[in-house]
Amino acid sequence: MQWETVIGLEVHVQLATRSKIFSGSSTAFGAEPNSQASAVDLGLPGVLPVLNENAVAMALRFGLAIDAEIPDVSVFERKNYFYPDLPKGYQTSQMAQPIVGKGVLEILPEDGERKQIRIHHAHLEEDAGKSLHEDFAGMSGIDLNRAGTPLLEIVSEPDLRSAKEASAYLRAMHTLVTYLGISDGNMAEGSMRCDVNVSIRPKGQQEFGTRAEIKNVNSFRFVERAIAYEVERQIDILEDGGKVVQETRLYDPDADETRSMRTKEEANDYRYFPCPDLLPLVVDQAYVDHQRSLLPELPAAKRERYESELGLSSYDAGVLTAHHDTADYFEQTLEVCGDAKLAANWVQGELSAQLNRDSLPISESPVSAAQLGGLLVRLKDDTINGKAAKQVFQELWQRRFEDADQVIEAKGLKQVTDTGALEAAIDEVIAANPVQVTQYVEATEEKRGKMVGFFVGQVMKATRGTANPQQVNKLLKEKLDALL
Amino acid sequence: MAIEHADVLRAAHLARISIDNADADRYVGDLTRILNMVDRLQEIDTEGVQPLSHPLDATQPLRADEVTESDQRDQFQTVAPEVAKGLYLVPRVVE
Repeated sequence: MQWETVIGLEVHVQLATRSKIFSGSSTAFGAEPNSQASAVDLGLPGVLPVLNENAVAMALRFGLAIDAEIPDVSVFERKNYFYPDLPKGYQTSQMAQPIVGKGVLEILPEDGERKQIRIHHAHLEEDAGKSLHEDFAGMSGIDLNRAGTPLLEIVSEPDLRSAKEASAYLRAMHTLVTYLGISDGNMAEGSMRCDVNVSIRPKGQQEFGTRAEIKNVNSFRFVERAIAYEVERQIDILEDGGKVVQETRLYDPDADETRSMRTKEEANDYRYFPCPDLLPLVVDQAYVDHQRSLLPELPAAKRERYESELGLSSYDAGVLTAHHDTADYFEQTLEVCGDAKLAANWVQGELSAQLNRDSLPISESPVSAAQLGGLLVRLKDDTINGKAAKQVFQELWQRRFEDADQVIEAKGLKQVTDTGALEAAIDEVIAANPVQVTQYVEATEEKRGKMVGFFVGQVMKATRGTANPQQVNKLLKEKLDALL
Repeated sequence: MAIEHADVLRAAHLARISIDNADADRYVGDLTRILNMVDRLQEIDTEGVQPLSHPLDATQPLRADEVTESDQRDQFQTVAPEVAKGLYLVPRVVE
């Protein structure tokens, strides 16, 4: 039978606020355990949560970026369950009236077509603490530094149809939230994690199959692998005449499989109710408009502009806009050198190869955008040739010089375009290589074309790579052909 | 709406409240009377009335995103039954 995969994602994005969602504790990563857990975060009696304005602003900017409905009123509710890293016995969240309503996110799967994925809603909530199960003689250790960190949970409709689409969705989400600056997007530190709902159904069937929820997947690669495994598992069950059980599963990257998390435990019953400590959140139009005015150019608009205004290919536009740091670097380079195609080639070519070699993010590039731009200006105005440009780039990468002009001056890389000087160099080369000259003269027209390369190489060598290769080529052919 | 003995035990378990069978029987009676009252409220025509999440005619104040808390861990941990390496220790929980 032909099966169709149906996937919906719940992405938890940690918002990049300085303080927690309901208290003035710091959200900085990596602090001493419990040094950033205040009375509010600990759920001590008599405390009152007060909502962080910046968390509201960030959630709204996300909503505006996905073209979502923004309700006037949203309500915080208590999601009740017991776990030691949840000190209050409930998580403050939103359910019936979330801050962001229905929206849409465009994805571009590898080797696929662009696709609009509907977002069901996004809501604000607080993160829980961390439980450590080792090294405490049969006890668990609890660190509540993370408790109360603001999260935006973004719930998609079940519109995704493959593991590739799911990972493309996660990438698009990552690109968007980092463009918006509402999250650092650091997946290794847990700034973005997701729960994946997976089910399968016979191709053509309207009705959804029973789904399994895979909890807490924290990388693009694991999302793909967890789904691939889960789909195979469900197909095996159904083809053997069995039934998929609705349950929560955990992906184990080491074993590359998903495992059931709660089998014996009864189904969760969170008994949501409006939090009496938090009043309804009302956002007026002026506030929403203000947040809209703070939106940067979004990835989709940028990609479109790179293609239509800068004349870049769809591929180049996609690569350059995938990360806002790359786009910023490219735009600064372009501002200096004024040639989009040239800047795009260098950012994606020489720069990105060198960054890969040294395992550096573009934000830590030893060659600044201004320096690269300056180098490209000299390439464009024919001060240097392509070969010298690569050498200048390497010198800048080693941080030996302030800018391209200094390298060119110090290393004598200025391109020789003076015809007289070039002709002299060519005459010397011809005089020094009589055997090759004879071979050239006796060769067929077709072979001669290839043989010129030898002489060009010699001239470039004689001029220490500073000659203009096109000019050398032209002059050489003239002089050699005169000997025929 | 009818509530049964098992419903009471389940609700008590979810809330981690310890009750015995005799308590549960008594609560079946109490809770049934409360639910009957809710049933009567359900008879009222609420067409066009917005659900009310809070009885106050006020909205949520917001605070500026500033770190105002200092580290008071040592003080907080004086009331914890057991701590180690800055962590609160609890009976082992493993999923």
